[in-house]
Amino acid sequence: MNRRVLHIVLPLVTGALLLTSWHVAVKLSGSDIFPTPQQVLAGLGELAQQGLLLKYIVASLFRVSWGFIAAVLVGVPLGLILGWFRPAYAALNPFIQILRPISPIAWIPVAILWFGVKDTAPVFLIFLASVFPITVSSMAAVQNMQQVYLRAAQNFGLGGLELFRRVIFPAALPQIITGIRIALGVAWLVVVAAEMIAVNSGLGYLIIDARNAGKRYDLVVAGMVMIGLIGLVLDVLVRRLEKFDEVRWGYGQR
Amino acid sequence: MGNADMQNIITVRDCWMSFAGKEPGAEIHVLEQVNLDVVQGEFVCIVGPSGCGKSTLLNIIGGFLEETRGEIYVENAVVNGPDPGRIFVFQENGVFPWLTVEQNIGFGLLSRPETERAERVKHYIAMVGLNGFEKSYPRELSGGMRQRVEIARALAADARVLYMDEPFGALDFLTRLKMRSDLIRIWQAEKKTILFVTHDIEEAVQLADRVLVMTKRPATIQEEVKIDLPRPRDLDSSGYLAARDRIFEIMGMDAHGGGG
Repeated sequence: MNRRVLHIVLPLVTGALLLTSWHVAVKLSGSDIFPTPQQVLAGLGELAQQGLLLKYIVASLFRVSWGFIAAVLVGVPLGLILGWFRPAYAALNPFIQILRPISPIAWIPVAILWFGVKDTAPVFLIFLASVFPITVSSMAAVQNMQQVYLRAAQNFGLGGLELFRRVIFPAALPQIITGIRIALGVAWLVVVAAEMIAVNSGLGYLIIDARNAGKRYDLVVAGMVMIGLIGLVLDVLVRRLEKFDEVRWGYGQR
Repeated sequence: MGNADMQNIITVRDCWMSFAGKEPGAEIHVLEQVNLDVVQGEFVCIVGPSGCGKSTLLNIIGGFLEETRGEIYVENAVVNGPDPGRIFVFQENGVFPWLTVEQNIGFGLLSRPETERAERVKHYIAMVGLNGFEKSYPRELSGGMRQRVEIARALAADARVLYMDEPFGALDFLTRLKMRSDLIRIWQAEKKTILFVTHDIEEAVQLADRVLVMTKRPATIQEEVKIDLPRPRDLDSSGYLAARDRIFEIMGMDAHGGGG
């Protein structure tokens, strides 16, 4: 079997098996709360008809976009500076390493205190979640940069901003993009958690609202499915960045 | 040397490079009392076993390392960091992978007018035989082609002196032979001064006007061998073999790999 067929047929077979087991398991258990795949599909249809599905997806994507773009705008320059200037690294890195392991979920009460239950709170949480992976990967990218590029650039008389723009940044870019990809995954995880508490729209809100307002588990699972599918689409989109000629050299043989 | 119309381009006097050893007070001398001269347009090879400090010496002359003690003059001035007129060609290849072949070759020319830059890039792409690969990225090229790009980049920037640190070390045997003859052709056409470091004695004898033989203990230039043979060189001629065997002998072994 050729590779392309393998990569289409096998996932379809696995998917069919999983859906069947799901269906059979629900039927065997006799549960009338947990939905079968058909009920979930019906739930999605219901949401789409009410116009809520698109509205919630847009709301979630909107929050992710703002928090994530802010994280890129802060994280990439900050990481480049920390990677290049030793005093900046010495002064700030310990605190980045202390803040980094604190789950964004732990910041939820603080976010509510600072921003109230408005859009700003989840945007802030997404920013927090994604700024650290972006900063750390940008920093490591500069620190791990091959010395030979730096020497060649210095040999041609480059210094200051020119050195940054023409050599350090392009040399670091493949690893920066990898950090951005990881950060987007984390951001998407966090938006759902943030919406469960602070706001009244979005896929996270859908899940918690469907549970609270009448145990609509078909809608709960429908929300989960949408989160998974959109997460996949986001990852595929960011992976496309890795195909550009300017960065492809940085990813080995693929 | 001694000839009035030959100008000294590189002068190294009593150069030492030392690191602190493990025991207090103990110093490890990577270079000891090195002296060398290279005149304008000369092709000089430094040959020696790995770890003898030859690459360190080249990095000091190139301005990437600072000597512990000694005087280093290049083009009549004390070396004070790298200089765009004197380009280093690295063994591990310093071609920028995010730029195309022509962008790499034009890297040192960005202050020049667009038309002049394009002309020079075109000229040197042809000289190193990379026509048709202008828009290719380094990852699409072979190791030999990447080294050609790096050499062309140095030439296009109008470097007067080339420092080459085992530039063909990572290439296969046939590519290496081809690169050597191409380098000689380019050197003859461009009249650059070349200081070339290698551990390969055959390579040194094929390329150089003079071979400086470095030894490990002491870490210094042991002897100089003049290679007064016509180019292209006949690798079976008695002059070639004699020079090669002489260098083997200085390094303490015979040409068949036996210890001396």
